[in-house]
Amino acid sequence: MPAAQVTAQVSAQLPAQVTLRGVTKVFPAVAGGKPVHALGPIDIEIRKGEFFAVVGPSGCGKSTLLELIAGLTAPTEGEIEFEGRAIGDNVPDGIGVVFQEDACFPWLNVLENVEFGLRLKTIGADEKARQAAAVIDMMGLREFAGSYPAQLSGGMRQRVCIARTIVAQPRLILLDEPFGALDQQTRLLMGDEVLRLWRQTGATVFLITHALDEAAMLADRILVMSARPGKTIDLVETSWPRERDSRIVERENFGALTSRLWKTLREESMKTMGRAG
Amino acid sequence: MSRLRLYQIAVVAGFILLLEVLCLAGVIDKITMPAPHIIVRDFVRMILAGRYFDEIGKSLVNVLAAFASAYLIGVMVGTILHGHRTTREILDPLFATYYAIPVFAFYPLFIVMFGLGDGPQVLIGFMLAVVAVIVTTLNGLDRVPPVLKKTARVNGLNALQTARHVTLPFCAPYLLTAAKLALAYAFIGVIGSEFIMARSGMGYEISYAYTNFDNATMYPLILLILLLSIAANSLLSRWEKMLLARRGQA
Amino acid sequence: MQPRENATFRNTVILIAGLFVFWELAYLVVGDVALRSPWQTTQFLGKLMQTDLFWLHLADSLKAFAVALVIAVVLGLLIGFALGLHRLSGEAMEPMLVALYSIPKITLYPIILLAFGIGISAKIAFGAIHGIIPVALFTLNAVRTTRPILIKTGRVMKLSPVVMVREILFPAAVPEIFTGIRVGFSLTLIGTVLGEMFAAQRGLGYLLMSAISLYNVDLIMSVTFLLVVLAAAVNMVLLVIDRRLHHG
Repeated sequence: MPAAQVTAQVSAQLPAQVTLRGVTKVFPAVAGGKPVHALGPIDIEIRKGEFFAVVGPSGCGKSTLLELIAGLTAPTEGEIEFEGRAIGDNVPDGIGVVFQEDACFPWLNVLENVEFGLRLKTIGADEKARQAAAVIDMMGLREFAGSYPAQLSGGMRQRVCIARTIVAQPRLILLDEPFGALDQQTRLLMGDEVLRLWRQTGATVFLITHALDEAAMLADRILVMSARPGKTIDLVETSWPRERDSRIVERENFGALTSRLWKTLREESMKTMGRAG
Repeated sequence: MSRLRLYQIAVVAGFILLLEVLCLAGVIDKITMPAPHIIVRDFVRMILAGRYFDEIGKSLVNVLAAFASAYLIGVMVGTILHGHRTTREILDPLFATYYAIPVFAFYPLFIVMFGLGDGPQVLIGFMLAVVAVIVTTLNGLDRVPPVLKKTARVNGLNALQTARHVTLPFCAPYLLTAAKLALAYAFIGVIGSEFIMARSGMGYEISYAYTNFDNATMYPLILLILLLSIAANSLLSRWEKMLLARRGQA
Repeated sequence: MQPRENATFRNTVILIAGLFVFWELAYLVVGDVALRSPWQTTQFLGKLMQTDLFWLHLADSLKAFAVALVIAVVLGLLIGFALGLHRLSGEAMEPMLVALYSIPKITLYPIILLAFGIGISAKIAFGAIHGIIPVALFTLNAVRTTRPILIKTGRVMKLSPVVMVREILFPAAVPEIFTGIRVGFSLTLIGTVLGEMFAAQRGLGYLLMSAISLYNVDLIMSVTFLLVVLAAAVNMVLLVIDRRLHHG
């Protein structure tokens, strides 16, 4: 498919937005235990504007990786750079994060929750309200703008969290298994939404997921991590066109892709299962 | 010793040290409070001389009476109410508001009704403690997961056996919490009443010592009550935590 | 939830009616020597409320209570927040606060009297120490058990510590804090009245105790009744607000 090849070539020429070099993370010992070598050493390059996914067995350090990139924690060894500047222990400007857990503020309604995402912006209250309303429309939440999170379903609450994150127009959006708590059908639909947002905002998207089909369907490139301590074992280019949605699962090479991912992962996952408990 | 313990010991020691310094420096005068080391000295003397043992014993007997009656009746009432939904719903507002009511306000009424003997104190202690026991018992019974009761039925247990082998063991931590609360409230009720108006017992001795400017008696007695109530509370709390920890709920 | 609220209302009415019936029966059994009937008590209370003396005592109690409450809430919030925000302090001090909760505080009253002298300051101090502990404990717990995801969200949004406390920690903690204030309210009231029952010269508690020396059963019953009704009524209102805050 020539069009796909062209896309791959173009994306290979995109500048790097996030680079990790020789990064490891070791957590200090907790009372009565040993230090935990959670991650690395690992080298990654995430290109500007791409959709980058990470899969791996549970406990391999995927979430730690996300926290390192977000600046929520500092690496034990190695360097991380976002747009050329080193990230240490602070969250750089221009990064947004959507977590797996419900992070809606229960005491604010949907509109106020989304407006909160603009908290640090120096624009007037009217402009904030307008931008928040625009994003709420984009996420299909217009009729629920006055509702409280407690009145919404899990999927809708995640949409509110996504809205709150993108309203600040981040250049890099980190998603930590955001659909883990949702049922399969909702997950597929949310996948379509994320693709749409990715195209509309032009941001780089970094997604962590345990669902191989989700990674295969959504991403331009997929990083496969080993069991703990997580290191790279495979980096797959999907070569999908930018204008894609969940129907991509019908394509032939989709099956081949998920098979390749599982073949790589199966052994690693068995290592984790033996270790667990 | 863990950091936590050290911190706690440091806080208590620091407080006592502060008092000692303030007393010795004269910031706190002798009439208000003697220095901590003097209080401890008087305390030791009082214990060694065996003074007030009768009064202490009497108070403790009353506390025990209030505790035992509140606990037994409370658990029974709680268990019965658990099976009678409508009655329970009617009484619910009473339980929710009960501890906002100044129960001590009934003390004069009880004195008028029963005279100045031990009755009113024990009754106040009982009244304070019983509702805590009822509510905690109901709480515990509420939390028995239906799946455990179904398991009992499937295994052919009748009502009594279910209560003995499933419900009661499950509720053990709650029953312990109920005991802890009952003891604390019984203590507060009895000693408090003795203090306000009684003719004997620890509370009475404290108020008597106060009226007679007898700090050498008053402070050791106050110290004794503090030590007793903290000790009882700590022991029961530790037991409670142990039970909960075994279930991974601590 | 209309039917649910109707049921609660009906149950409360039945409960109150039941209590009055129980009271009347007790009166019939015990007699005039020690009790008065509900009707007699309400009548006497009505007459009592027309005397100046009554309002003098009531005002004194309310004044002491109000000041004690403000002190208890403000100090309780400060202590609760400080301990809640600093991990080690919170963990270490919480069991100690719980232990303080269970001691019969009236035994500390003589110390307070010696320190403040007989008068309204002693009552205020005594009332305050009753209320400060629940406010502090509930606030401490509310802050300590703030869902970590909300704090993470604040960090990701790069909020400064002040903004974090003001816009995330505090609103998240409000329902629990309110429960603490509700409990603190009731306990401060109880503490203030209790303080008045011993070594005071004014206030409703004092009125109650003086009624014993006069063997004035009417007075005893009326003041007791008034105190119970006031405390219960205010607490019910606070409970409704509390429930609403927890379900919002």
